[in-house]
Amino acid sequence: MENERSTDPKLAEVWARLDRVMDPELDEPITDMGFVEGVTVHDGTDVIVSFRLPTYWCSPNFAFLMAEGIKREVDALPWARDTMVQLEDHMAAEEMNAAVNAGGSFADAFEELRDGEDLDALRDKFDRKAFQRRQEVAIKALIARGQSVPHVLATTLATLQGARFSDATEVRQTGRYLDLLQSRKLAVAPDDPAFPTWEGAAITEQNFKTYMELLRSVRINMEFSGSLCHGLKRSRYKEVDLSGDTPTLVDFILQGKAEAPDKRSPPRR
Amino acid sequence: MFKTPNGKEIFVVDGHTHFWDGSPENQSNIHGKQFIECFYAYHTNLSPPEHLWEKSKFEKYSAEDVYRDLFIDGPDDVAIIQSTYLSDFYKTGFSNIERSSSMAEKYPDRFIVNGTFDPRDGEKALEYIHYMHETFNIQGVKMYTAEWNGPSKGWKLNDPAAYKCFELLDKLGIKNVHVHKGPTIIPLNLDAFDVRDVDEAATDFQNLTWIVEHCGLPRLDEFCWIATQETNVLGGLAVALPFIHTRPRYFGEIIAELLFWIGEDKILFGSDYAIWTPQWLVEKFWDYQIPEDIASERGVQLTDEIKEKILGLNAARLYNIDVEAKKKALAANPMLIAAE
Repeated sequence: MENERSTDPKLAEVWARLDRVMDPELDEPITDMGFVEGVTVHDGTDVIVSFRLPTYWCSPNFAFLMAEGIKREVDALPWARDTMVQLEDHMAAEEMNAAVNAGGSFADAFEELRDGEDLDALRDKFDRKAFQRRQEVAIKALIARGQSVPHVLATTLATLQGARFSDATEVRQTGRYLDLLQSRKLAVAPDDPAFPTWEGAAITEQNFKTYMELLRSVRINMEFSGSLCHGLKRSRYKEVDLSGDTPTLVDFILQGKAEAPDKRSPPRR
Repeated sequence: MFKTPNGKEIFVVDGHTHFWDGSPENQSNIHGKQFIECFYAYHTNLSPPEHLWEKSKFEKYSAEDVYRDLFIDGPDDVAIIQSTYLSDFYKTGFSNIERSSSMAEKYPDRFIVNGTFDPRDGEKALEYIHYMHETFNIQGVKMYTAEWNGPSKGWKLNDPAAYKCFELLDKLGIKNVHVHKGPTIIPLNLDAFDVRDVDEAATDFQNLTWIVEHCGLPRLDEFCWIATQETNVLGGLAVALPFIHTRPRYFGEIIAELLFWIGEDKILFGSDYAIWTPQWLVEKFWDYQIPEDIASERGVQLTDEIKEKILGLNAARLYNIDVEAKKKALAANPMLIAAE
């Protein structure tokens, strides 16, 4: 996939847009998760993106959010005239592909699965969790540098923007935290507090411990899904890293599966 | 029986096991094929390499395999076999009570076979509960709220039809209700992981014990909240426990949360056999210590006494197993090992 990125400038542009699409549940780019199966550009204007998920059963609403995100991001390229998104090997692939590519809503595609909730509420919930998970990393990073709780809570937007971290996760998550903080207008002016709650309230010294417990539980849940999804995706499509290692039993067991194309694309109903 | 490195004997009740037939012959459609493949991905993904099975064996294994893996090569003293039908996917059901009960008959004292039902079947569900009670004298059931049933893609524990069934369970003295609330296998509505219906059902049926399998993960916080409020809600460790191998620190965070919130008396061991075999899980669990920073932050410890409760004593309490009597009965039956 990296090769594809470097050989063709238009493909590289599409991949760069896809880096901006998150798995909503995990707050990780779908490209990092290995969900994007292939990108092709036809006649220099028409883009086809195919993607697949860790299991046939992955929640249709999450899949829909990703499909929609792919279409939105690729459509934003000035030269892209037509974007086709193809979800593969999923129980709801047919209905979903038809709905996304026609610009329809999740509600249209999955009337019977809706159960009264709407997708906007779900989107908002995932944004909140992403915010909280990123925020925990930033707060803990400051504490790990020896800052006191009152000092951390007094951090302003400008101070956090100016802070330099060395750990890769801290750098990445703090940057993403700042993005969300500003796009959601939770901190705007340079001396706005850098660590409000998602609802815009202040975290006080008194409730700091309880608040950090909340952030911890958000992280534990997201990490569970994240590590399961990573592993299941690898197992499903046999993407076990073999670099330098001798093959293990799993390679032989899964070999048949990886080499049999009919098994990778189950027949459609 | 698990023997610790110091020679101490630990009584093990495996709270969550299966005797399924997911073979192509039993699959009704593509969903049946994808369901067992998804289980297989869990197996290959979270097992140590030396414990991996061939796909065909994983799809359908024998009663002898179960007996050997759980009791001879494995540490279990008693295993609770859950029933799951998935009738829209499998011709004779994924794991049906008749097949499991005939295995249990071959190996007396070893198995507790739980039933299942689908409240959406209405009167038929009630009749089926009577049938399971009279024929198999079940002590518990396994609920799979994500099961498909014709046009319906799932149900909730607080549906009126479900309440009729729970009333009957209560009346017949069928006390233990295991509920699958974990990683979604068959997603339904917009939030298929939701555990909140447990709260309502557990409040309304105080005589029943609600065992939330997989502790609601990835909704651990919601599960902990409910299980802390409701004295009759417990958590099963299946699926959470294998992380002890792939991500031990992460397992420490989960078990610390559980100990802090719901306490040592409300956590049950389950291997989820045949997704995982119990021997390596119990060995690693016995060796395990919560990393110090996590333990001190939460103020909890995973002591030997607590491990013993989780591995067997808590489930023995729920299923009225007299541990000393059971140990004697099993010790008096060496023939079963010779029969292997």
